[in-house]
Parts: sequence; structure tokens; C-alpha cells
Amino acid sequence: MTMPQRFEDRCIISGIGQSEVGRRMTRGVLALTLDACLEAIGDAGLTPADIDGVISWPGAVTRAEGLAPPGPGSSGPGPHAVIDALRLNTNWHAAGPETPGMLASVIHGCMAVASGMCRHVLVYRALNEDTAWRQSTERVATDAGGVTGMMQWILPFGAFSGPNWMSLYARRHMHEYGTTREQIAQISLNARRNAALNPKAVLTKPLTLDEYLSSPMISDPLCLYDCDIAIDGATAVVISDAAYAGDTPNPAIHFEAVGSALHGRASWDQWEDMTETAAMGAGKHLWSRTDMTPADVDCAQLYDGFTVLTLYWLEGLQFCGKGESGAFVEGGERIGLTGELPLATSGGQLSAGRLHSFGHLYEACLQLRGQAGGRQVPDAKVSAVSAGAGPLASCLLLRT
Amino acid sequence: MFPIPQVNDDNRAFWTGGREGELRIVRCNDCGYYIHPPSPRCPRCLGDDVEPHAVSGRGVVYTYTVNRREWSPGVEVPYVIAIVRLDEQSDLRLMTNIVACDPDEVKIDMPVQVDFREQGDVFAPVFRKAPA
Repeated sequence: MTMPQRFEDRCIISGIGQSEVGRRMTRGVLALTLDACLEAIGDAGLTPADIDGVISWPGAVTRAEGLAPPGPGSSGPGPHAVIDALRLNTNWHAAGPETPGMLASVIHGCMAVASGMCRHVLVYRALNEDTAWRQSTERVATDAGGVTGMMQWILPFGAFSGPNWMSLYARRHMHEYGTTREQIAQISLNARRNAALNPKAVLTKPLTLDEYLSSPMISDPLCLYDCDIAIDGATAVVISDAAYAGDTPNPAIHFEAVGSALHGRASWDQWEDMTETAAMGAGKHLWSRTDMTPADVDCAQLYDGFTVLTLYWLEGLQFCGKGESGAFVEGGERIGLTGELPLATSGGQLSAGRLHSFGHLYEACLQLRGQAGGRQVPDAKVSAVSAGAGPLASCLLLRT
Repeated sequence: MFPIPQVNDDNRAFWTGGREGELRIVRCNDCGYYIHPPSPRCPRCLGDDVEPHAVSGRGVVYTYTVNRREWSPGVEVPYVIAIVRLDEQSDLRLMTNIVACDPDEVKIDMPVQVDFREQGDVFAPVFRKAPA
């Protein structure tokens, strides 16, 4: 568009791939990862010999002192395992959890291509939390010698898991803006409706508002149906030099803009205004890099590790004003498949499984390629994708 | 039981001040800014003359949640996790527990007073409803 120097203009998504996704899977997480990677490479019209860069989030980490501590099954194989398994020859590879949310790996992949370091970068995210949680009661790894790093300010108060952390934010949003559980529920109900149209979704039985409201509280105000569903599965994309766009077997997906700005404390517990998250800074960053506006977006795949995160992203990406996301989703019609802004068209993480924003990325690409089957948003040309909670946020604006 | 932090030179004042009944927060001796979590340098004036000071232990609930899920074997539920804003400085906050009251009584803006939960060598600062 108007800014030819933007790195976004120099790269495309040339291919996408996803393993089987589900619970009680028989294949191991490396097998699933390689399924997704090989599918993406083939989908891009390439072979492993063409791949010259690899990045994943978070890499093969079993503990970390930053804001994204891995839990059982949340890391998947790192780039070293994938590079060796596929005998790749790379100019560059990387992984790590201390980024602005999971989609930062995609942004880094774009930077590697735009800088000229690589021509075809493989980006993937793999999890086997379903299998791992069946084998362990731990959710966050802690050393026997005591908690270190940033988690020492959180875990000693029994705030073991994401629902605890995000419920603190959600409570403040409800307090200041009058957001209700009935409004929040619409995110969950919408996801379940869309999941019924996605053959790969994990939860497809219709969900009613009454079932939502009467489900067990986990960490109030967040209940069972506010939480996404642990699965085993892997997703991969290939980011290529934009010069390759004419040669892709499937329509190339373009990057209109990305957002990764962190404007606030790098902390879950010290975040100043808990009626918003880092989505606010990342969203502002994204719109500062394009002439498009929120009105140009045909469907949005906003992060929904917990329902309320979608509300924070609606405000952060300026689909509504600050504090207005509850009213925006009220009744659910606006965010449905035939509404003004279809959300989580795959069923999202709440119903299709916790692919940790890469499920949303994959769905955005399917929609823009016109390959979303029974849940296709007619004539989808622009889609927003986002990842993260609290102090972690990254987002992409993709277009045909 | 809840996990306990690993005590070291950087965090000892915070995690063990409760032995003497004090909530100790690192403060900049040059500009007076309270710094939490502790840091060797003041983020406001960038000075490095910082040391722990006892604070009043009074504050208000900024936000809270009632955890009802048993995440770890042996942890009794429900319990209240909160962010408390200390009276000394508007951005001086702690994640903590609100103890010794019915979870349903906890409200945003409720005044609270520090107490300490002893676990081994650690005295975790928790808060009680302040007397009216």
C-alpha cells in the first residue's frame, strides 16, 4: 500500500499444514509436528530441501523464568529436533518463549525472509497437552528448591494457572464496565456453533447459555466453558519471499500489517490497568502500519485461550471502544458466521482445541483461500489473527 | 501447600521480613519510589541507591478471584487470590491471598491489612480484611 519499505510487503504465507487434532491420540508429538510441517511444505509446492529457515514457539523448553512458563505438553519439539528429523539445511533458526505472544514467531519468520537471510521459513507450533495432562497433575513446572524468576510473585499464592491470572483481569473489566457473564458466554457459544461446521473440531455438541451459566466455576468469574480444551496437535506455515507468490499452488496470503508492541510492564501481576491487556499496544501498533481500518476486516480469529481474551482483543484491535466489548458481543449475532464480524470461525481453541493461536492462523488462511468449507465467510479478503493474554500480545492482519 | 519461592539476596527482605512482622519493599533512596519486584536500579530516576524499607501493610483490593479448582494435590479450595494496591504508592501492587474471611465477602476496593503465612523459612505476605 503506501509504505513500500515495510517488511510485511516482502513476505507471504505460501503454504499451510496441520496434523490430526484431538484427544487420546495415538501418534506422538514429533510425528504430529512432522505431519504438519511436511503438509505445509508440500502445500507451498516445496520440498524440505527448499526450507532454509525454521522457527517455533516456544522451542523445547521444560522450564522458563519469564512470563510464559511451559507446562506439561505445552512446548512440543524444538527446531533442532525438526531440523534433524527432516535433514534440513538452514541459514537461520530460532525459538524461545520470551516474545510478545506466540505469533511473534511468525513475525520473526517474516523478518528473516524480509532481511534476505532466508527464502522459505518453516514456522510451527506443536502441543501434546492432552497426553501430558493425563500423565501429570502439574500445570506449571516448579523446582523442588523453590520458585525462581517472575513466577515467584504468582505461584506462592496458589495462582497456578492461566484461569487464575486472567480471572483477575476479567473481574476488573466487569467491575469498571459492567461486563456480564451472559455477554462473555457468547464467545463460548459462538465457538461451539462454528465448531459444528469444522470436521477437525474437538467439541461439537451444541452448548446453551444455561449450560454455560451452570457449569463449574474454575476461578470466578471464569467457569469451565470459559477455558479452552487441551489437545494434541501441530500446525505449520511456510513464510516465503514475496517473489514466490506467483508460483504457489494455492493462493498466496499476504501480510498487511503486524503488531507486537509491548506498552506496559512485562508482568502478569504488575500490569497497571487490568481492564486491558498488551493487546491494546499491539493492536495500536498494527493499525499504525497500514491504511486499512477495522472496518476492512471480513473475519477475525482472535485469541480465545479464555473467552475474555477475545473481548480484550476486540478492544485492542479497535473493533469496539475500550470497555465496550461486552455490549459488542451481546446476543452473539454480530460475531456469528453471518454477522458483521465473524469470530473464531473454526470453533477456536474453546471448541476446536488449544493449538495456541496457530489454529486461528491456519483458519484465517483457509478463509482467505476460500477453503473453509461449510463455515466459509463469503468473499473473505482480510482477516485479523491474534495471540496472547496479559502482558503477551502479537497480532497479524492478513489479506488475499 | 502452595509452592514457596527460592530465597536469595535479591528477594530475602520481601520473603522473610514477616519474621519481624514487617512487609519490606525495595525503595529508591534518591527519589523515594517503591520498586516491586525488587530491582537493583530505580526504574524512575535510574539511580542505584536502593534498599528495602518497611511499609504500612495497608492497602485495598484492586481485583480478586475465588479459585475453586484443586490445581495441586493437597491444596484446599476455595481460596481468594487478589491484587492488593498498597497505600504508599498507586502502582505498588502485590499478588496475594485474602485470608481469614468468607470468599464471598471480598470486594474490589475493600481495605486490607497485611499478615504473614509462614512456610519454612518464608513468610508470604497475605492480607486480611482491615478492621472497620
